[in-house]
Amino acid sequence: MFGYARPRSLPEALELIAGGGRPLAGGTDLLVGLRKGKISADRVVDLKGIEDLAPAIERVGEAVEISAGTPISDIVAHPVVRADYPALVAAASAVGSIQIRNRATLVGNICNASPAADTAPPLLVYGASVVVFGPGGERTIPLAEFFLGPGRTALAADELVVRLVLPPSMCSAAFARLTRRRGVDLATVSVCCGVDSDGTVRFALGAAGPRPLVVEDTTGTLADPAAPEEATSSRISEMMEAATPISDVRAGADYRRAMLEVLAQKTLAEARAQAGARS
Amino acid sequence: MNRQTMTISLDVNGQRHVLDTAAHHSLLDVLRNDLDLIGTKECCAEGECGACTVWMDGKAVNSCLVLAVEADGGEITTIEGLAGEGELSPLQSAFIEEGAVQCGFCIPGMVMAAAYLLEHNERPTEAEIREALSGNLCRCAGYKRIVRAVQRAAGSGP
Repeated sequence: MFGYARPRSLPEALELIAGGGRPLAGGTDLLVGLRKGKISADRVVDLKGIEDLAPAIERVGEAVEISAGTPISDIVAHPVVRADYPALVAAASAVGSIQIRNRATLVGNICNASPAADTAPPLLVYGASVVVFGPGGERTIPLAEFFLGPGRTALAADELVVRLVLPPSMCSAAFARLTRRRGVDLATVSVCCGVDSDGTVRFALGAAGPRPLVVEDTTGTLADPAAPEEATSSRISEMMEAATPISDVRAGADYRRAMLEVLAQKTLAEARAQAGARS
Repeated sequence: MNRQTMTISLDVNGQRHVLDTAAHHSLLDVLRNDLDLIGTKECCAEGECGACTVWMDGKAVNSCLVLAVEADGGEITTIEGLAGEGELSPLQSAFIEEGAVQCGFCIPGMVMAAAYLLEHNERPTEAEIREALSGNLCRCAGYKRIVRAVQRAAGSGP
């Protein structure tokens, strides 16, 4: 049992949240958590009545801004997102089912801070940041600094993420995930690989530790399609040592580690091919 | 524990209802318990199975994951709203013609999800049908005929 409030403005919403209310966007995780007793709240604070958070995907200069109220299905259908951030589209299309994506928001997926969140790896590779509204006004947090641990973020108790900012896409990126069944399953592990035009290669890893993790190669080995296969695979193995996956119902830690390497090779090949096609 | 009652207004299958509901009740609770529209089923109650699929403001959603108060002012279509006066929709008829119904419990959700697909994609491929129904589980595992029924309705048979 819980109460419900539908504030009209951000300051009103902050007051309700500071008073112990739990923000409600799509509700696809929150309502399940409340019913199972994994989350307790006296009241849910529905953010969908706030005009500033209404669904919107906009080009602002070279960047793309996605409001907190934007459901995932709007994002995967958006022509600009599809053209410039294909790895995000691939990951977002894997979230839940169509029914879930029609409700669940991208910002909600991020704020839940699941180490296995599908959308986190591509957002990290694309260098996304979140704009946060609090008592002192707005501040921007790079996503790489936003995730602190399972379910924990850099958000203060009286702050809300109001939008997500994607900088101009400077890399070719590919996403892959491993699941036990094709639809409606959480990732056992997921990997997004980005190849920058300057030869930097970045992997963002999902379900590989307490929070989504980014590892970077600046040696140029991975970006070079002519590099010998052994050099590539030993560099990948070295980079994946940073992963600290757990054993749980979906997979053992050793299997996760092995599959991270496989997905890293696969996404690297795809991202390189895209980079090749671009130049 | 905070028990809060609110008055909401819903347009369900073209009919307007104004009713009181507890804030924590789902749209599914209200459809079944208050409006007696029991075609929509409750199964997993956590958004995995799709048995409770309805359309809200034209979008397919799991009604177990929508609070009734969130749906206030909204337009809802349930399985009961799909058929015309005394006749089934072509999609519903196709389910019968293909023998796509076994125990039947998942079927209202399957039909609502499939109808949502056909609304946006008149001639879906088999892969598109399977993708569109990936949020709907059939514990009888009668997927083949369900897919065939959607193909028949779309005139894109195997």
